[in-house]
Amino acid sequence: MGKITCDADDRWNAFITLCREAEHGDGPLAGVPVAVKDNISTAGIQTSCGSAVLKGYVPPYDAFVVERLKAAGAAIVGKTNMDEFGMGTTTESSAFGPTTNPVDTTRVPGGSSGGSAAAVAAGMVPMALGTDTGGSIRCPAAFCGIVGLKPTYGRTSRYGLIAYANSLEGIGPMGRTVDDVSRLFAAIAGHDPRDATSLDRPYTHTPSAEIRGLRVGVPHEFFGEGVDPAVGKTVRAAIDRFADLGAEIVECSMPSMKYALAAYYVTCTSEASSNLARFDGVRYGPANDIIPSWHESYQEHRKTHFGKEVRRRIMLGTFALSAGYYGKYYAKAQAARKNVRDDFARLFADVDVVAGPTMPTTAFRLGEKTDPLSMYLADILTVPANLAGVPAISVPCGTVSGLPVGLQLIGRHCEEERIIDAARAYEEVRA
Amino acid sequence: MVSESDVAHIAILADIGITRDELAEFTGQFNAILEYFDLLDQVEASEKPEAEKINIFREDEVVPSLTVAAALDNAGETEDDYIKAPKVM
Repeated sequence: MGKITCDADDRWNAFITLCREAEHGDGPLAGVPVAVKDNISTAGIQTSCGSAVLKGYVPPYDAFVVERLKAAGAAIVGKTNMDEFGMGTTTESSAFGPTTNPVDTTRVPGGSSGGSAAAVAAGMVPMALGTDTGGSIRCPAAFCGIVGLKPTYGRTSRYGLIAYANSLEGIGPMGRTVDDVSRLFAAIAGHDPRDATSLDRPYTHTPSAEIRGLRVGVPHEFFGEGVDPAVGKTVRAAIDRFADLGAEIVECSMPSMKYALAAYYVTCTSEASSNLARFDGVRYGPANDIIPSWHESYQEHRKTHFGKEVRRRIMLGTFALSAGYYGKYYAKAQAARKNVRDDFARLFADVDVVAGPTMPTTAFRLGEKTDPLSMYLADILTVPANLAGVPAISVPCGTVSGLPVGLQLIGRHCEEERIIDAARAYEEVRA
Repeated sequence: MVSESDVAHIAILADIGITRDELAEFTGQFNAILEYFDLLDQVEASEKPEAEKINIFREDEVVPSLTVAAALDNAGETEDDYIKAPKVM
């Protein structure tokens, strides 16, 4: 056992709660300071989800991944800023103010794990946990120039993660290097009986840069409309480096991409409309006035303490699930989701890894995205992996006008090892 | 297309309080978003969601849990060992 002191100057607003003194134990991460996204429960440390609705909430228990981090000897040095309930692509929708991108403070860090990405990119911590529902680890990793892994659905337990869209989300590691991401993933992956979707697939891999014979699929849809040509060119050049390493590049197609984003937003808002019903100001968070009736009190509480994006998504989800519209939206979204899964299955019969850009552009300016639909469109390249539940990693692959660009590598279910090796090989050849 | 009165109705169903100004703003945004969602009309109707669903049952066993005090720690108002809530009826 030991203690570490964290006196970092958080000028990026990366943290909601910074633990100036943190205890650590023995193990593979002994004494390593790790930041944890604020939607992951930490016993005794406020967990607000970036929302005023949970301000002051101190969980009485640790999430599974936090138990694992402590068992590995890591020091939890704080809780990082995020889009409220993970709903966003910029970390501007936090009730605790936006985080800025350490690469360029006039830009957003990406979202929704923007605080975790900024804390790593700024050197405040070597590694951090994020969560990814539609790209929330990979987007900020790409925008801040770090590495982020969205694991296979179920390979990390969601016990203690404050639910937003259960069928899509998962907890994953973020770090400066592929090796750090691999070390953090080894600490948190594994079976947990308290999460019924948890897989018994621990991760014990040591990254290797040997990728000769790897077949890398490049769907042309990943370079389609909306992708900044300069970003596309940078990523294409990175993919070409795989050929130098003995991999084979295979041009391919993913037709389901055209409705993947709509399927994603219908699904996540529907799940959110149900999951967020529990925030009523009765059991936790700022207290209600209990004098008025239940509905009056509940509506007033949610109007006052939820931000606009959260309310918008709850209402969209309620609409998509309502009688008369269920068939048009939710049922169609699930059919589209199956098409995405089938597309990946077809591709992975022929290739080992699918590659493309993580984000269609570099980091936006703070305040640039005011219209919700244009913000949603930015998630087009990351959501397919969540719909299919397959693992995906974002690794830095250069810059455009001084801003980082991320290369996304997507793998088969439970083949994190392979995409980690590919990312490691690319990292080495780039260095 | 949804109208302001549709959005007001959804707000009631969802128990989301909404102001008059917000009603116009949300209605405009909903229409843009729902228009985009119309892409899903292109998905073939015959393409059904996955048929195989797995229910994972476990024995209903009593295991160590939070103490009453810990469970009540975050509640706004309590009385004895109960959480006080607004009246429903």
